[in-house]
Amino acid sequence: MDTIDHNRSENAATTDDYNFAYLDEQTKRMVRRSLLKAVAIPGYQVPFGSREMPLSYGWGTGGIQVTASVIGPDDTLKVIDQGADDTTNAVSIRKFFAKTAGIKTTEETEQATVIQTRHRIPETQLKEGQVLVYQVPIPEPLRWLEARETETRKMHALEEYGTMHVRLYEDITRHGKIATSYDYPVIVNDRYLMRPSPIPKFDNPKMDQNPALQLFGAGREKRIYAVPPYTKVKSLDFEDHPFEVQKWDQSCAICRSDNSFLDEVITDDQGGRMFVCSDTDYCQKRVAQQQREKTSNPGEPSV
Amino acid sequence: MNQSHEAPLLTADNVTRYYGEHVGCRGVSFDLWPGEVIGIVGESGSGKTTLLNCTSGRLPPVSGTVQFATRAEGLSDIYEMSEAERRMLMRTDWGFVHQNPRDGLRMAVSAGANIGERLMAIGDRHYGDIRRTAGDWLGKVEFNIDRIDDMPSTFSGGMQQRLQIARNLVTKPRLVFMDEPTGGLDVSVQARLLDLLRVLVDELGLSAILVTHDLAVARLITHRLMVMRRGEVVESGLTDQVLDDPQHPYTQLLVSSILQV
Amino acid sequence: MTNSELDMVQVDGLTKNFTLHNQGGIKLSVLRDINLKVKGGECVVLNGPSGAGKSSLLRCLYRNYQSDSGRVLIQHDGAYVDIVSAAPRDIIAIRRHTIGYVSQFLRVIPRVSTLDVVSEPLRREGYSSEQARQQAGEMLERLNVPESLWELAPATFSGGEQQRVNIARGFIRSFPVLLLDEPTSALDAVNREVVISLIEERKKLGTAIIGIFHDEDVRERVATRLLDMAPLKDAA
Repeated sequence: MDTIDHNRSENAATTDDYNFAYLDEQTKRMVRRSLLKAVAIPGYQVPFGSREMPLSYGWGTGGIQVTASVIGPDDTLKVIDQGADDTTNAVSIRKFFAKTAGIKTTEETEQATVIQTRHRIPETQLKEGQVLVYQVPIPEPLRWLEARETETRKMHALEEYGTMHVRLYEDITRHGKIATSYDYPVIVNDRYLMRPSPIPKFDNPKMDQNPALQLFGAGREKRIYAVPPYTKVKSLDFEDHPFEVQKWDQSCAICRSDNSFLDEVITDDQGGRMFVCSDTDYCQKRVAQQQREKTSNPGEPSV
Repeated sequence: MNQSHEAPLLTADNVTRYYGEHVGCRGVSFDLWPGEVIGIVGESGSGKTTLLNCTSGRLPPVSGTVQFATRAEGLSDIYEMSEAERRMLMRTDWGFVHQNPRDGLRMAVSAGANIGERLMAIGDRHYGDIRRTAGDWLGKVEFNIDRIDDMPSTFSGGMQQRLQIARNLVTKPRLVFMDEPTGGLDVSVQARLLDLLRVLVDELGLSAILVTHDLAVARLITHRLMVMRRGEVVESGLTDQVLDDPQHPYTQLLVSSILQV
Repeated sequence: MTNSELDMVQVDGLTKNFTLHNQGGIKLSVLRDINLKVKGGECVVLNGPSGAGKSSLLRCLYRNYQSDSGRVLIQHDGAYVDIVSAAPRDIIAIRRHTIGYVSQFLRVIPRVSTLDVVSEPLRREGYSSEQARQQAGEMLERLNVPESLWELAPATFSGGEQQRVNIARGFIRSFPVLLLDEPTSALDAVNREVVISLIEERKKLGTAIIGIFHDEDVRERVATRLLDMAPLKDAA
């Protein structure tokens, strides 16, 4: 802690005021034990002693505690909120870790070793060795159906999941199709029913057989769960209403991508709108790539 | 007897349940055979609901056993089996019709989903088939099929009760437990519901254990009757015989107390 | 052995008392040491004044009443079964297949149509609904119950109409043993004739019939013999 490392961020001077990554070592150990159990039982919700964090419930306290417990001095952290690195929350959390852990931070998915996310999975394919930490509001997929914790735990233990399909049945009845478009329930490793947090269902296929380690933290509800690398994750559906991801008629207005999740942005008061990639890093990378291709082939028309 | 090689569907042997010092039920034994409806009648505090709960796996007796002829393994003690097995039984081979239909329905989902739930719980995954089966069952309980997508809170008590029955029968259970199924309903609605139950029991070959305080209900749909008083069975036998030729003083009192219309 | 050579019903030493616990424990003797044998094709008429226990005897034979002692052997499925001591589920089987009972008054089930009331025994046997209802209609027609009443519940019918519905239900299936309790008491001459011919047909089929008929003419016409009964003095 005394030597200045040129890899540390500029806030290194203040890291002496905090234990590394804010949490005390005992807490981190407790969280890691929960994480180990979670990884050993993919999709199973492990209760943990969630601590009071310097931000309110509902702002990512679970994700922060998981990140704080796994991050080390040599890690590089990326934080995204709805896919963007530059929203207030993403910036705050990134600064929090820079300050309390003095670790390197980045906006580039490929450069990160730990990625904390709210409500999106990055478009860029993740690699082995990377850790994706999800912020989870409500971990229990059966809560809508059954208010009693004692009962939902039994249902998980006895694999009584058929009733989850009741929810999807109701969707089809009311809307003609399964209308759940985010936080879409999945079965992990052919065993546990899991809520992937409010990521769009568009991202669900990315969870399946992902080389990265996926960790989920719910601070208010005090639960941790995990999907180890290369684990089967299957979204629920009916035989005659199979799982489908969202599609757009438009491509990204900035990078022309046809296969990323697009946000709709209102541009003026006349109802003008454009569609842009929600994953800012992915979008910028594509633009940069296209620029490089343009400069190396000056005679070609721009894409 | 061509029935002698059949085995009982459910056997209760010396079932006893106390609530502290207070007797819930004591020393109750009976056999239930396939296709039979047994009524348990008694006044408040007689122990009939306790007995129903003990025999339906909801309340373990302090002594005595309850055995059910499971499809897979024959006669099994329902309290010796694992919780998973018992819960599976309750979802498939057994039904339970509550007095208040709200206790037996999911009020937050449509009629069709209520019926389809048991099917989905046993692994049915074809929306069209599930919906069709739900519709068939609504027809069987004389429910307007146009209301398959409506919420139970929009139905009358009689309709809710019929929905509860359909929800229970969709997995073709062999045994249905009923706790005062017509208790909270208007008299005219009761009559229709009882007749529906009578027909369904006949057509589907159901066995049932039905708790009621109303002797007229017992006469209408039960084959055998057990009269309970202060936790004990004081008389049992064919329903019409118990009601027309009661032997025990308490039964005689009960029968003679019915007002004639 | 055909039914007409066989004793379909054999009653040995049947005794029945009532004990009214809530009225000081009074004991009433209703039947004492009744003996009776009925072959298939016979119609035994119970003969005696009111209070002689005729109805009670029929009810004991149907096990609607419990007997205090004695035996009631019924030929069921090729063997004799003692109704007095048989288990309830066996009684249910016997009532389904072997003994029919036409009570004096129709027990009305609310909201069930006449046609359904009459056709129910056939549906129980496995007949299709259409076939059962068709046969029920033929029987009702024979008993002069107008078609306009068939879809109505019998609760509001006259006594005579209800009785005819009851008879239709009791005769729709051919039981080997038939118990009839005053089946013609509320009927006019025309319908009494119909009932008499129904009984004659059953006798020819080999049905063992035990009945109570308060009308002397009917009794003369259908009885193959009489069983005389008299009221008992109360037990001490």
